[in-house]
Amino acid sequence: MATFGSFALLIALALAAYNLLAGTIALRLIATGQPARISPERLADTARRAGIAGFVAITGAAFALVWSVFTNDFSITYILEHSNRALPAPYKFAALWSGQEGSLLLWAWLLGIYGFVLRLTHKTDVKLYAYAGTILAGVQVFFLTVVNFAAPPFALMRGAIPDDGNGLNPLLQYPEMVIHPPLLYLGYVGFTVPFAFALGALMMRYPGEKWIKITRGWTMVTWLFLTVGIFLGMHWAYAVLGWGGYWGWDPVENASFMPWLTGTAFLHSVMMQEKKGMMKSWNVWLIFTTFLLTLLGTLLTRAGLVSSVHAFAQSSIGTWFTVFMGVVLAVCIFTYILQRAHLKSDHHLESLVSRESSFLFNNLVLLAACFVILWGTLFPILSEYVQGNKVTVGPPFYNRVAVPIGIFLLFLTGVGPLLPWRATSLRAIRRNFVVPSIALWGTVIVGLAVGIQPWKNGSFDTGNFYALVALAMSAGVLAAILSEFLRGAGVISRQTGRNLFTAMYLLIRRNTRRYGGYIIHIGVVIVVVGLAGAAFNRSQESELALHDKLVIGPYTLECVGFTQDSNPNYNSEYALLDVYKGGTKQFQMSPEKRVYLASDQPQTMVAIHSVPGWDLYVVYEGSNPDTGQPIIKAFLNPLVSWIWAGVVIIVFGTFVALVPSLTPSTAALRVPATRTAPAEPVLKGGD
Amino acid sequence: MRASRRFNFCIKSLQALALAATVCFSLGVSDAGSRFNDLGHRMMCTCGCAQLLGECNHVGCTESGRERSELTAAIASGATDQEILTSFAAKYGATVLAAPTTKGFDLVAWIAPIAVFGAALLGTILLVRRWSVGRTQAAQASGSSAVDPEMNPLREKVRRETGSGIDGGF
Repeated sequence: MATFGSFALLIALALAAYNLLAGTIALRLIATGQPARISPERLADTARRAGIAGFVAITGAAFALVWSVFTNDFSITYILEHSNRALPAPYKFAALWSGQEGSLLLWAWLLGIYGFVLRLTHKTDVKLYAYAGTILAGVQVFFLTVVNFAAPPFALMRGAIPDDGNGLNPLLQYPEMVIHPPLLYLGYVGFTVPFAFALGALMMRYPGEKWIKITRGWTMVTWLFLTVGIFLGMHWAYAVLGWGGYWGWDPVENASFMPWLTGTAFLHSVMMQEKKGMMKSWNVWLIFTTFLLTLLGTLLTRAGLVSSVHAFAQSSIGTWFTVFMGVVLAVCIFTYILQRAHLKSDHHLESLVSRESSFLFNNLVLLAACFVILWGTLFPILSEYVQGNKVTVGPPFYNRVAVPIGIFLLFLTGVGPLLPWRATSLRAIRRNFVVPSIALWGTVIVGLAVGIQPWKNGSFDTGNFYALVALAMSAGVLAAILSEFLRGAGVISRQTGRNLFTAMYLLIRRNTRRYGGYIIHIGVVIVVVGLAGAAFNRSQESELALHDKLVIGPYTLECVGFTQDSNPNYNSEYALLDVYKGGTKQFQMSPEKRVYLASDQPQTMVAIHSVPGWDLYVVYEGSNPDTGQPIIKAFLNPLVSWIWAGVVIIVFGTFVALVPSLTPSTAALRVPATRTAPAEPVLKGGD
Repeated sequence: MRASRRFNFCIKSLQALALAATVCFSLGVSDAGSRFNDLGHRMMCTCGCAQLLGECNHVGCTESGRERSELTAAIASGATDQEILTSFAAKYGATVLAAPTTKGFDLVAWIAPIAVFGAALLGTILLVRRWSVGRTQAAQASGSSAVDPEMNPLREKVRRETGSGIDGGF
């Protein structure tokens, strides 16, 4: 299988190289109109077919690696280092991306899938797709060169082949690890597609803004994958690392967040280009930057430039990525300079207080957040270069600098939808902002009344302050969005005589993109509420003898046993804890500590009981060597489940936004106009 | 007269708020527990796990227990927060501090984001103003208003009826 896999990768590289070369020649011939012995259109089509064949070859290589994991082929170094016989089947799949070589193969394979779909749908716009396909092939050549020569996944063992492998990193032996990396990679890799379309459209001086409409679906799906990937990573960190949190501003977490921020900025500012023909250069550079940041993320993960909890995938291929990023940047700058006249925009705004301005400020804040995170991530390297010693840029830095920016962004999330395109009047502002303002200040008063006081214990508590502001702002934004829904649905209800729920459905179907976006904003608000809960986390730690009790919040944990277990993959110690609330037994929890046999590495398995108000999070920290009794740490983490609920809403909103809106004709069929439209604008502040 | 009364009321309200805030901030002193918690979240565990000292509890950590004991002892000895942070940095190196200090080159870490954000904010405001002014001047140069406010209701009606609010995006 190793030979088959290596051969498949070589074939894939040759096909990608042909795709790049033939595609470039064909597009050059088409652009210049030079006579040639072969028809440029036919040459471009052979390039496209080579791309499709390349996908088949990479799939063959990926299959060979998975097959080798399942058949315990420890003659392959990668399998030896990342699997073992006792590894459960789902984690054998995870072995594909648990190391450097496999994850790069996964990257190439996912890029192959995107390329395959793109090349199959080329009839949408043959020339634009030919450009995009050729650029995609260029990126593919890089990744396939790396997996063929710098990080080959099918490298063979030298000397005697061990009977069993070293096993998978225990941190990765968790269900989310079977889906988190592929989804995150789908997000990372997916941004290659809008990048390829943007660069291609710029190269061919694509007339109009249609390319944006073509790439919109790709960008949104990619953004969705990245979003879900990031949140699954958060959940993994929460459930596996055992420190009670989900986001530690680790460089690799930051690396995934940065392209998300620029991608989100692109999704917003691209509307300015579609509707107003503005910000063309800005949008092109946003998508270029997003792609470059995905490469930077990979570079940070792989090159070991900064210390991270994701150190399991480090190696020396950073140079390859640095050079490739340099090449991509040079191509982007060169193309931009050559074609910048094509991006001349007709910039005009009628008012500082308008939807257009809110998009500009939204982009400013998202980019500022991205800069802060990039700056914080790279500052240790800069510090080492300038003053000779590294410093740590950890959560206190980001909490002080990035959190206020995040709150400002939340504010814009609420304000933006309330402002109409072009201009607005003071009266309209007053009318639209009354309800959100009441919700905001009402929440502040309630928050202070229930004890969220920034000046508690005689000192200023930043966490409490941010939590109060975030909760109040969330209430305001939620009120703003819901009032938008109700206002629109009310008008439709009056027009059609349908009830409010049906009117709401019709409202969303009439403009799925807009209302899908609002649903996403609701999801974001719910996530923020969940994040704000972290300010009120509590924890208790205690060594528990049999029938000893630990009290945290409304719960009393009673130790009713501690024991050991063993299976072919790991040995474990765990405690059995009966959980009481109000004197009544509610449930039992069993936090665990495992020691994986193949790697001899320990790992905590946290027990979590989640309700809407809080999570009871219990960690088995180990046993006292003198008494043999378990040491238990319990956390009461408020509102954590809101974060995961918010993600579900974001996913739902994205799906809604991806559904085509009802056209005016179909809308007319579904919504018979029984009454004349009122004089009041139907969708104030919106269309 | 009425405006003046309203102004005075605003000034009085602000004074009352400032007084309330001062009283609240000067109440009480922080106890050892909250200092331990605060300092524990301003330092890193040195075992290489990249977690805050106050949050590191991973199995088999060889460093966090010792660091926590040292922190407890330092607080008990009456040292100030700054003295404790300095002594830890001297013993374990600058990387033990979870955030850059506000001295020397480290200060750049704090200033740069604020400076960039401020400059970008100013740039955006100027850009919006420039685009708005350009539009107004162009309209004046052409001798007629580009946007006739009286046409707004009609414009809204056209927008509705041509479906620009249906698939026109956000």
